[in-house]
Amino acid sequence: MSSLIVSGLGKAYKQYASRWARLAEWITPGHRTRHHLHWVLQDINFTLKPGEAMGIIGINGAGKSTLLKMIAGTIQPTLGEIKVSGKLAALLELGMGFHPDFTGRENAMMAGQLLGHTADEMQMVMSNILDFAEIGEYIDQPVRVYSSGMQMRLAFSVATAFRPDVLVVDEALSVGDAYFQHKSFERIRQYRALGTTLLIVSHDKAAIQSICDRAILINGGQLAQEGKPEDIMNYYNALLADKGRHEIKFNQTSSGQTQVISGTGEASIQSVRLLNSQGQAIEVVGVGQAVALEVMIRINQDIPELVMGYLVKDRLGQDIFGSNTHHLQQVLHGLVKGEEITFAIKFPANLGVGSYSVAIALHSASNHIANNYEWHELAVIFSVVNMQYPEFIGSSWLNPALKITR
Amino acid sequence: MKLIQSIWNYRGFILGSVKRDFQFKYQNSLLGILWIVLQPLSMILVYTLIFSQVMHAKFPGSTNPLTYSIYLCSGILAWGLFSEISTRATNTFIENANLLKKINFPRICLPIIVVLNAALNFIIIFSLFTIFLLLSGNFPGVTFLAVLPLLGTLILLAIGVGISLGVLNVFFRDVGQFFTIFLQFWFWLTPIVYLKSILPEWVQMWIAYNPMEPVIAGFQQTIAGQAWPNWISLLYPLGVALLACIVAATLFRRHVGDMMDEL
Repeated sequence: MSSLIVSGLGKAYKQYASRWARLAEWITPGHRTRHHLHWVLQDINFTLKPGEAMGIIGINGAGKSTLLKMIAGTIQPTLGEIKVSGKLAALLELGMGFHPDFTGRENAMMAGQLLGHTADEMQMVMSNILDFAEIGEYIDQPVRVYSSGMQMRLAFSVATAFRPDVLVVDEALSVGDAYFQHKSFERIRQYRALGTTLLIVSHDKAAIQSICDRAILINGGQLAQEGKPEDIMNYYNALLADKGRHEIKFNQTSSGQTQVISGTGEASIQSVRLLNSQGQAIEVVGVGQAVALEVMIRINQDIPELVMGYLVKDRLGQDIFGSNTHHLQQVLHGLVKGEEITFAIKFPANLGVGSYSVAIALHSASNHIANNYEWHELAVIFSVVNMQYPEFIGSSWLNPALKITR
Repeated sequence: MKLIQSIWNYRGFILGSVKRDFQFKYQNSLLGILWIVLQPLSMILVYTLIFSQVMHAKFPGSTNPLTYSIYLCSGILAWGLFSEISTRATNTFIENANLLKKINFPRICLPIIVVLNAALNFIIIFSLFTIFLLLSGNFPGVTFLAVLPLLGTLILLAIGVGISLGVLNVFFRDVGQFFTIFLQFWFWLTPIVYLKSILPEWVQMWIAYNPMEPVIAGFQQTIAGQAWPNWISLLYPLGVALLACIVAATLFRRHVGDMMDEL
């Protein structure tokens, strides 16, 4: 049983040299084609089971919204097929086509009817919608006075007033404040547990990773990668840095995680190790233990400037700590081919219990977007165990000094 | 059948939209619903003042001073319905682009809303007109029933033309502009304000190709002439109306996909 099947999907827009060319194509006998097709999406395939959640990631203009619009049915695919079982609700862009002059209540009613519900059904859930949207007395004001966040709250509340079988959300949620995002994700989680399939476009890494089972990366109108949200997010970051100049390598680590290496190769990472105070490589670290991250690199071509950055991430790929030699004010200049450099960063492992990874990047300037020589995800993986401190939860050790007065 | 089914499923939306459009048009005005009546009333007043003396003599054997006003009303009200449906249908897809882009619903709902809205306005003003006929003792009696098939033909023609132009208008915005001008000429090339008999022979011959002429003449015949309309003459507009609807359906089906890309 699948609730959403997308097969061989492609979308092309017709491009005419001018309006007259379209007219000519329409009225000349034989309808000779006078347009060329501009493909924005090609050969997209995936299947979602009830209750599954998939994130769609990609840079602006990659074709994510086009894909969602086709699934929602507002535009027709040029090629391929979409099969949806059950009711679909879509939250595309802002506001579900609200009419600015009508009140929130009237618009909610109309949007509900547009989704195919009757007026009676909508009356029944109206108080739920209002409770959930929490926009107070504004509900009886015209929508034109609403903030974008309020419009989104109302739209989300209407779209999810009844549990849909497939819910499609296009970045809309990012407009809301943290409180409402939290609330809406909670509702999405509840619906998922009841079998709603979710398809969400977001640039919010935390959102994708916390709610999705898997993710796809759309790049240049094609399905570039499919996999675990964490891996796809890493790949996406590599892609942002890469801008198509260099191939991206995927290695499977021994623990089955996907290692992403990308970059233009002017400098390369030779080894990355985590060392204890005796200088021995370790994989298990005690909370608060003094450790050093050792990064050995090699310069393959003369480069004027080099920055080494590192980023410690937790099991879910969330950033824990990151910095680079730019921010630490030790940028290297005038590097020559063949040079070998060793960086050592000492720090106390004031981390919570769990598994962590370190990503290393070699680039110029303050971030990896400009010149990315090499980007190495999961360069080191280590576990943190609690050997000497009292028990605690969370991702950091905040060294409590307890004093009670009574 | 599928079409009718989907329209039925979306009846809530259709009726809701009609209601909202109606309210919206009048809720922010002081005189409200009165405006539906005032607009055609002023037009009738102007034409009566200007033309009644000229035209009155043209009604052979008529002694009733209201004859011209009734003749004028029956034509103008019917024309008003036609022009409202056809112009609003021409623009409905463009005006509702915002909605069409965000929610997937049967597109056919939009022209239906246009028709129902126009029909609602028409019913209000036509009822008043009927009351006026009854009170002034000019009610035509049983021939009044002929209004129904006449209205059917008129709406069919209006919606066929309207949807066809509505689809074209998405791709070529000139269509909407052009139709506004064209409608002006069409109005004056249909004997509504004047009598057909005042036209020269050769013009009358050309006017026979105007599909609105027999329809409007039917209304005038039924209401002002108090006689059954010439049923045979109505076959031509009915044929044109059906053809327009076929063209509309073909255009719509062929281009609905591209239409969404263009909006």
